Amino acid sequence: MVGAQIPVFRFGYMSPLYIARSNEIAARQLGDEMIVMSARDSTLFSLNNVGLVIWQAADGRTSLEDIVKNKVCAEFEIAPEEALKDAENFVRELAGHGIMRVSDKPFE
Amino acid sequence: MKPRYELCIEIGDIPILVHTDSAEFAGMLQDRYGKFVVGRRAAGDPNGETPGCGEQRGAQHDSESAFGPPSTPCRVSDFQFPVSRFELEVELLPPGMMSDAEEARVRLEGGRWLMERGDFRAEWDPESHRGWVRQSANPYSIDAVLRMLHTLILAREGGFLVHAASAVRNGRAFLFAGVSGAGKTTISRLAPPDVLLLTDEISYVRKDRSQDSGVRSQNAEVGKQRVESRQRDDDRKDIALDAAPLTPGTWSLTPAFVAYGTPFAGELARIGENLRAPIAALYLLVQGPENSIEDVSQAQAVRSLLQNILFFADDNELVQMVFQAALEFAKCVPVRRLVFAPDARVWDLIG
Repeated sequence: MVGAQIPVFRFGYMSPLYIARSNEIAARQLGDEMIVMSARDSTLFSLNNVGLVIWQAADGRTSLEDIVKNKVCAEFEIAPEEALKDAENFVRELAGHGIMRVSDKPFE
Repeated sequence: MKPRYELCIEIGDIPILVHTDSAEFAGMLQDRYGKFVVGRRAAGDPNGETPGCGEQRGAQHDSESAFGPPSTPCRVSDFQFPVSRFELEVELLPPGMMSDAEEARVRLEGGRWLMERGDFRAEWDPESHRGWVRQSANPYSIDAVLRMLHTLILAREGGFLVHAASAVRNGRAFLFAGVSGAGKTTISRLAPPDVLLLTDEISYVRKDRSQDSGVRSQNAEVGKQRVESRQRDDDRKDIALDAAPLTPGTWSLTPAFVAYGTPFAGELARIGENLRAPIAALYLLVQGPENSIEDVSQAQAVRSLLQNILFFADDNELVQMVFQAALEFAKCVPVRRLVFAPDARVWDLIG
């Protein structure tokens, strides 16, 4: 019996992941904080400065790997592999609430 | 033909005309909403005449006689109900036909808002401003519908309902926001006699349509604020109250938002005063060892406000509107954290 595969997040090992901000949200940056509200379920999110960097870079064309490598790791002292793992968890959680779109292909 | 009963329940200057064919239910609503019922009548006799006349809008209310036997017939047109109003038809179902499900759902379908919970089902047409409710004869179901309706109506004009106690002191309204247990009812109970309570549970916030947002017009020389009262008379009473001197940096701009009294009571089980007043501050309630007022960041102010705003509908357009209203509110109205012991001295810090 084959067990469930646990994804391992290593640079270059995963297919690229592209992220784009949903249109069904309300958002505003206030200081270092980004406040985002989901129109799907009215859930409120407060993104910290790391989340803010990812959010701002989520243009649908830049891969998450590049965002982490070129933006997150450039601004914050964090190990790339750990950062990518956290970033993927982060964007998938946002996607679950409908405020971020995630795809293995760039968005049109 | 069955007699028809109508009550005009006005909250936040928004009158909603409720129709029912049950005198008992109409009386129940009269008892529940008290001074927020600004007009009522019985109508629908076959000759086009209406029993129970003489009940003019804003007349002193007496729930026992409101829907008693007709005395002098008079025509429907004799009644002066508010011209601009929303209408809600209540269809009463026998007890037991509804479920106990507590989760409320509000969704837009075919341009109409559908609202449902175990104990009611309702529909609202935002274009015609008319809708209906099916429920058993109880005041709680329609209470929930009214809250939902007001959130939908207010969202379009930059207002909202928020989990907050509110009170008027020296002509200015103060809001005390917090989840259950934060102290909304406690601070309401501790209010000194010069404080007029608007609600201990759900505050009603609208943009002040009488002036532009952010216009500096507070006149220290006048030293008076006006509170408008509509408790009894159709003609609005203006109560001039002594205003405390402005505190620099606390309220330097004309408040762009006003708070209204609501019948939506919490543990205090007392409906609010039917008043409105400009909002001077919103306090985020936190119980602590000593009474104090602390600054919060703008982000925290917006976040806390959004967390306390009543929001039922998952609709992109409405989310945008409410979000924008919260941003604007936090920009115009001082938002502070109020740590309180709790004891009555906390009111020394307010107003």
